[in-house]
Parts: sequence; C-alpha cells; structure tokens
Amino acid sequence: MSVATQDTAIRTGRVVRTLIYLVLLLFALFYMLPLYVMVVNSVKPLDEITGGGMMNLPQVLTFEPWVKAWSAAQIGVEPTGLSPYFWNSIKMVVPAVAISTVLGALNGYVLTKWRFKYDTILFGLMLFACFIPFQIVLIPMARMLGMMGMAGSTSGLVLVHVVYGIGFTTLYFRNYYAVFPTELVRAAQIDGAGFFQIFWRILLPSSGPIAVVSIIWQFTNIWNDFLFGASFAGADSQPMTVALNNLVQASHGVKEYNVHFAGAILAALPTLLVYIVAGRYFVRGLMAGSVKG
Amino acid sequence: MGFLDIDNTTKSYGAVEVLHKIDISVEEGEFLVLVGPSGCGKSTLLNMIAGLEEITSGEIRIKDATMNGVHASKRNIAMVFQSYALYPNMTVGKNITFGLEMHGVPKPERDKAMNDVAKLLQIEQLLDRKPGALSGGQRQRVAMGRALVRNPDVFLFDEPLSNLDAKLRVDMRTEIKKLHQKLGTTIVYVTHDQIEAMTLSTRIAVMNGGYVQQLGTPQEIYDTPANIFVATFMGSPAMNVLPAMVAMENGKPVAQVALHDGTMTSLPFSQNNMADWTGKDILLGIRPETITDEDAADRKSSNIAHMTNRIIVTEPAGSDTFVTMTMGGKDVIARMRSDAEVKAGADFSFAVNMEKAVAFDPETETRIAP
Repeated sequence: MSVATQDTAIRTGRVVRTLIYLVLLLFALFYMLPLYVMVVNSVKPLDEITGGGMMNLPQVLTFEPWVKAWSAAQIGVEPTGLSPYFWNSIKMVVPAVAISTVLGALNGYVLTKWRFKYDTILFGLMLFACFIPFQIVLIPMARMLGMMGMAGSTSGLVLVHVVYGIGFTTLYFRNYYAVFPTELVRAAQIDGAGFFQIFWRILLPSSGPIAVVSIIWQFTNIWNDFLFGASFAGADSQPMTVALNNLVQASHGVKEYNVHFAGAILAALPTLLVYIVAGRYFVRGLMAGSVKG
Repeated sequence: MGFLDIDNTTKSYGAVEVLHKIDISVEEGEFLVLVGPSGCGKSTLLNMIAGLEEITSGEIRIKDATMNGVHASKRNIAMVFQSYALYPNMTVGKNITFGLEMHGVPKPERDKAMNDVAKLLQIEQLLDRKPGALSGGQRQRVAMGRALVRNPDVFLFDEPLSNLDAKLRVDMRTEIKKLHQKLGTTIVYVTHDQIEAMTLSTRIAVMNGGYVQQLGTPQEIYDTPANIFVATFMGSPAMNVLPAMVAMENGKPVAQVALHDGTMTSLPFSQNNMADWTGKDILLGIRPETITDEDAADRKSSNIAHMTNRIIVTEPAGSDTFVTMTMGGKDVIARMRSDAEVKAGADFSFAVNMEKAVAFDPETETRIAP
C-alpha cells in the first residue's frame, strides 16, 4: 500500500520541460566552450592550430606544449618555462592568505566580543577598504614599499595582499562571530581563559566554514592578481600571472598558441583545485552567518 | 557582614542609571532569587557579581573581600547561563574540566573532580559526548557540573530553566533545590518566573525599574507585599487590587466595596490601624485563594467576611475552578474548590478571608496594612 503524498511540484507540461532543459543545456555548452578550446588546443601540434580549425579535436595528441610551457618556454631572458614563477606565486600566496585570514579572524573576534567605543565606525572604515580600487593605491603603495625596503620582493607583495585582504576577511569573520553566542565567551572568562586562549580554544575550532570561505576568497584573488604583481614584483619574484602575460605577449619568434593555452591552464589550475576541494564548504560558510542555527 | 555583600551598588551606561543603590546582604548557604520583569536589571546585577559587568559605584564583597575590579576568574564564583554556554567543540568531560585546566590544576586532580561531579549529577555515561548530542535536560546537568567542579564560594544562575519545556522545568527545579539542600552552597539565581522564585529561594529580591522593590522570605513577599507591583507580580493568578473606601462600623474599620450592581458591601479589616484612614480611598488587595465558597472558608481565620456577588465567568482548571466577578468596577478572580457549585450569570455567596487582605495607599501604591 502506498501512502498518498501531496504533490507540491510546480506542474509543467512535458513539452515545456523539454524546452527548459534544452535551453539550459545550450547555456551550459556555451559556457564550457572556452575551456574546451583551451584544453583541445593545448594538446595539438602548432600546425594544426595555424592551419585553421580551432574547434576541431586534435588529430595528433601531444603533451609537448604542456612540458614546454612548464619548463622550457622563453619568458623574459631565460628559457625557464613557467615553473619558477609558479613557485614564486606559491611563496606569495600561502603566507598572504594565512596572515590575512588569521588577522581577519582576530579582528572579527575583537569587533564582536570585545566591543569598545566607536567599534562599528572602525568596522565601517575597514569595510570601506573593500571598495578602494587597486589603481588608486599603486603609487602610494610603491612609495611605502620603497621606504620600507621591501620593493621588488616577495615579502613586499605579501604585505600588499595582506593589507588589501584584511577588509574582506574581517567582514567575513565579524559577521560569522556576530551570531556566535557571547555567553560562551563569558563562560570562558569565568573559567579563567585569557584573550588568546578564548580565541584559540573556543572560537577558532568553531570557525571552520568561514575560514574556508576566507581562504578560498583570498587564494583566488591573490593568485589571480596581475596588477600588483606587475607593479611591485622584481625580476625574481614575479608571480605566475605576470609570467603568463610575458609568455603570451612575447613579440619575437613564432606565436606558439598551443604552449600559450597550456600555460593559461597551468596558471588557472590551482584556483580550480581549491574550488573542487573546498567548494561545497564555500556556499555553506557564506550561508552560515546569515541564518541563526 | 554577610557572605556576599552588595553594598550601595549602582550601574550606569553613560548618563543612564539602570541600577539604583542596590543593598543586599546574603548569608552563607542562602538561596537568593532575583526576580522581576524583563529589563528590571536583575541580569545586570548578576553579571556585576560575576565580574562580567563593571560596578559604577558602590561595592560588592565576597567573604569580606572587595570584588570591585577583580577579574571574573579570580572571584571564585561559577555561573550557569541561560543557554548553558557549553563549548560546542569540546566533549562533556572537557567542558567540565576546562575551568580547572585554565586555573592550572594538574590532570589527575582534574579527572578526579570530573568523576566526582559526574557521579553526583549522574552524567558519567555522557562524558565523551559533544554537547550537540545531548538533550536539553542533559545539557543543563553538564552546565551545572561545570559550575560545581570548581567548588566556588557563590553559584550564579542566569535563568537556567527558561530554555526547557514545562515538564522538564519542574523536574530540574526540584533537582536544583535538592542539590542546594545537599551541598548547602550559596546561590544567587535570576529568573522572571515568580513560581521558580517562590519554590526555590530562601529569600527573594523582587526588582523593577532598577530598584529592589522588596527583599524578604517567600512568605513575607507573598503575605505582606511592600507595594502593588510586588503584590501583583508574585502569585498566579495575580492578587486582586480594587478600589475601596474605609468606614467605621460598630467601632471597627471596614472596607466598603461596590459589587456588580453598584450596591456596597462592607468587608471588616483585621487591622485596627486602618481606622486612621476612615473616609479615605484605598486600594484593597485580596489574593484569589482567599475568596471561596462558604463551606471552604478557612476555619482558623478569625475574620471571614461574607458577600453575595454575581459570577461572570467560571474557568474549571481541574484542581481548582477560577471564578471571575466584578468588585469596585474591576474584574476580580476567586480560586474555588473544583467541586464548588458555581454557574456563570448566577448570584453566589462568597466567603472572604479578610485576615489575609492587604491595603495600599492609592497615591504611593505602598502597603499600609498589615
């Protein structure tokens, strides 16, 4: 015997439904097209591309463009490939993400659990930092880095990205901690826990979702940044994005499109990976602050 | 000098004073309940005792040592919060011993203390679970365990039962009272529930608008409320307060009260000092349970008045039947035996135990008799 349940789905005819799925499928295909072009052309010999037929599948499958983009392509003076710049990016992104996330968490903790006079104004000003366009700060930032002796170095880039990221990370953590029960902090105070003990032992262990949001956001932004990298990096600290530009924009010799495609995919791979690994926490974390559980 | 002294203590936020000159002295082993409506300042006062809010002026002392400016963790107090405030990332055992760990107690001692408390509260089987996996009553026990394990001088409870459902609340109330009788600890307990206040406390401080309206034993508060606020706040259903005029009959002061049809009835006072109010208006306070049918009138009372009044509504509640009538132009509720033969719309003969009646000054709303 089956139990009758109320059908609450919106009723649509079969024709309408087919049409909807067809349109959705078309959109999806259209959206996937650039990725298809990149992947397909990165595994073709160059003459297949120059001979026309960018949309065709490769007749001869080759991974040579990938190897060349990674380790042999002419970028700047030396034919080093993208690999040293990849490590430059890693050396810049990891500390910048870690520092800005921890500082954002600390800021959020102070702004919600250790309220002081004008704290909302201070938070408003920090929020304002999210809306400052990159271009405005280029010259003052260059001057400051020069004065601090950090011009053209990875640590200088880390500093720039941390400063720029704090606004966002503070916003995330502040909103997350705003609905974190203050009674827990008070209980910990009575239990004798100090400022940092409460932070490490009580708040941080419950901050998983929002930490993931902060890390994904910061990682994507810093990894993909081109302007700061192009402006403040020295020859030996240029990040991946700048190197990719140099590879593609090189004005001498033959344009090796297949190598360019492979390089572009290599440059996009880490952010793609972060999304695949932690993506589902991203949405969960974004929602976490908004609805009281 | 008491065990816990709250001495002339005030609290201000900017220019706004929210607590005005609070003076309470608590003896060792006492169970003091701070009761009042929302926003009366009771939780603020508790937080000041805990050290979570600063004292604007005055002094709070525990065991004769001033607590002004002393950090919450160094006052040797423990607090049970309304939401229990269990650390969600720690097991029950960790929750209970966290305070000891922060105070640098070595692990073997911590474990022993934890096991003792767990045994006392019968939560031994829960020690490895996370708070998220516990029911409301279990969380409540763990929260109490966390407070007990530190063996503090004073326990502070901030509305600990208000998150539980009605039945569990009554059970836990008994549990807390048992625990207090067994351990004899000093407790300050905040609630807005007057029944909790009456049942648990050895003394009650009724608060309203940042003032302590009355401080006394539950019996004192119930029988001789200091003013109309206390009279109507404590007791359910609330005390009936109705306008009356004092007159002299046969050399005795009586309260003249209008019945449903405007005719006056005389209710003799037990207190002779009411003679001073002859010819003046007063407010007469009568508890619902002191208005009964003739058969159920208190035989020990020396002053039973009789009146016939019309019943407007009857509300049978199983154990009692509540009867509404009009006296002095106000709705008056009487609490009758469930088998009293009452019918809406009919006239009925009531007995009023005037020994228990209270009179208030209509100007100041303070009690003038008894």
